[in-house]
Amino acid sequence: MEFIYYFGDVFTPINFGLLLLGTIGGLILGATPGLSPTMAVALLIPFTFQLEAAQGLILLGAAYTSTVAGGAVSAILLKIPGAPANIATTLDGHEMALNGEGAKALQLSFLSSAVGGVFGVLLLIFLTPVLAQWALAFGPSHLFWLAILGVTVIGSLDSKSVVKGLLSGCIGLWLATIGFDDIMGAQRFIFHPSLGGGINIIAALIGLFAIPQVITMFAKGRKNDGTEAIKVQKHPIKGAISELFRYKRAMGIGTLTGSIIGLIPGVGGQIAGLVAYDQSKKFSSDRDKYGTGHPEGLIAAESANNAMVGPSLVPLLTLSIPGSPTAAVLLGGLLIHGIFPGTDLFDNHPDVAWTFINSMLIGQILMCIFGLYVAGMAARVAQVPQSMMAAIVLGLAVFGSYSVQSSMGDVYVMASLGVMMYFLERFGFSAAPLVLGLILGPIAESNFIQGSMIATATDGLAPYFFGGPLNLFLIAVVVLSVLYSAYMELRSRRYISKEDIVA
Amino acid sequence: MSVINLPRLQHIIGSGVVAAVGATVCYISYTQTPSEAFLFPRLIATVFVVLALWTFVKACLGWTKVGNGISLTQFKNLAPGLIIALIYIFWAAKGLGFYTATTIAFFILLSLYDPAPHTAVKSWVKRIITTACFMAVMYGLFALLLKVYTPREIFF
Repeated sequence: MEFIYYFGDVFTPINFGLLLLGTIGGLILGATPGLSPTMAVALLIPFTFQLEAAQGLILLGAAYTSTVAGGAVSAILLKIPGAPANIATTLDGHEMALNGEGAKALQLSFLSSAVGGVFGVLLLIFLTPVLAQWALAFGPSHLFWLAILGVTVIGSLDSKSVVKGLLSGCIGLWLATIGFDDIMGAQRFIFHPSLGGGINIIAALIGLFAIPQVITMFAKGRKNDGTEAIKVQKHPIKGAISELFRYKRAMGIGTLTGSIIGLIPGVGGQIAGLVAYDQSKKFSSDRDKYGTGHPEGLIAAESANNAMVGPSLVPLLTLSIPGSPTAAVLLGGLLIHGIFPGTDLFDNHPDVAWTFINSMLIGQILMCIFGLYVAGMAARVAQVPQSMMAAIVLGLAVFGSYSVQSSMGDVYVMASLGVMMYFLERFGFSAAPLVLGLILGPIAESNFIQGSMIATATDGLAPYFFGGPLNLFLIAVVVLSVLYSAYMELRSRRYISKEDIVA
Repeated sequence: MSVINLPRLQHIIGSGVVAAVGATVCYISYTQTPSEAFLFPRLIATVFVVLALWTFVKACLGWTKVGNGISLTQFKNLAPGLIIALIYIFWAAKGLGFYTATTIAFFILLSLYDPAPHTAVKSWVKRIITTACFMAVMYGLFALLLKVYTPREIFF
């Protein structure tokens, strides 16, 4: 119950102001198609340099929570999901808007997001300290395998191709070795003076998430999207609340599904929303109404995608393993303040950890309150032309990456990685495992070197890294996640092939 | 074996570049000294090169299933914007100054990709106002609020 002691810290004028700013800004950014939560959080990191660690995390955490919820606005009113997590929301949400129930759909979406989100953060509050204590048992070999696990799980589960996902992770791990070696001081892969200090994580994050999106917008050309937001009529909030209670089964399914999926590293909100929608449909007596503007589908999808936000931070805050690309960006936000997740965070910086977690809890409620009022404005922002969004994001990316260390080298690294990532994505590679490789590379390497030294002085390399139940368990999870993803990939291809034959 | 079409050729070139990078990383890791500094890179490079070669062979055999490549239309659309963005980042930002270069790049990109007609005076006025507003926000955020010192501007 340690979190209660730090509850007051959320309500200091600066902290609460930042929470409001992150929430309102996140709702508007989330409603903008093309601005994913990960990209929004990455672009916000440079603004946190001058803030204290807890303040910076409050801003980033609030933006993360509300961008996921804000994505529902464009999903409902424009049929364009603001983020991949809102794909399932469009299925019934937009139909409701077309049926003249746009306001009700928005209200239900924010209310169910808040319920799911609060449950997810409570899970984060009660699971994190327990797991953080468990992390004390981890030695260098375990931490090495954990870092590898983080890369392989996201590489295999988050990518359409297992091999390309793992290859993306390898590219990230290699990029992390660029610069001077920590122990010997030797130069490694410094092909250009800009790489002398290694690759700055923040500049890399901005480049890898923002620049491909900018180029994708360029690739669409001078096309007018022709999207027009559906006008919403007023709807009493009491009606939406009573409707939410009427469909409590859908909300329960969504909340539980989202929370469980959030705990699994690498499985994003997009899957949480779709799985919850599917499960809710299976258990519903009105399953025929799904897809025609039925509130149950909307409630299940929205409660799930916000319920996964809190649990997705559990592996990050306890074991330093980001559970999602956005969690990886948040890890970058922690590292720039010299704070390492795990026991260090809870033992030495409990104020930072708990203020951040508590702010996410309050943020869910603020998101719901403001969401209901900002939705109309957010829908107008969602209609901003892609040309303007591309130019704005490019400008922010250049200024943001420069402001990290006032270095043009960081801007060049940001742009080079961004352009490279765009082309890699066109060939089936994925940014998430690459980012994880880049972030977890130094953790993997330092523990590998430390473990090698211990191994040389004791039993040898193989028994040290491949012996012991915890090492074997972690290796088994790495192998199983790769094999499972490979199996699923083969199965889906066979399914597609059969469909093709039938067609 | 199927014929080499544009997406397949792109996959061969793309995976070929990745394989070449993997081979270079592997070569450097195993030849550079001190060897202790390259212990971890060797481990990574070995897996990197194996996976990259696997991907390359699959692309050559036409077995690649994931990734659509870039169509000619997409390439034609993105090329002008990408060229302007690269000139802005790699030359203009330092050469002309951040604010001057960003103003020019923002206005050109907006004009290039804005669906509004180029013949209408109203749309040009809108673009100029948008650029001015954006630059005012950027100046307020980075120069006044975050106090980021950018390279000297060419005009001021």
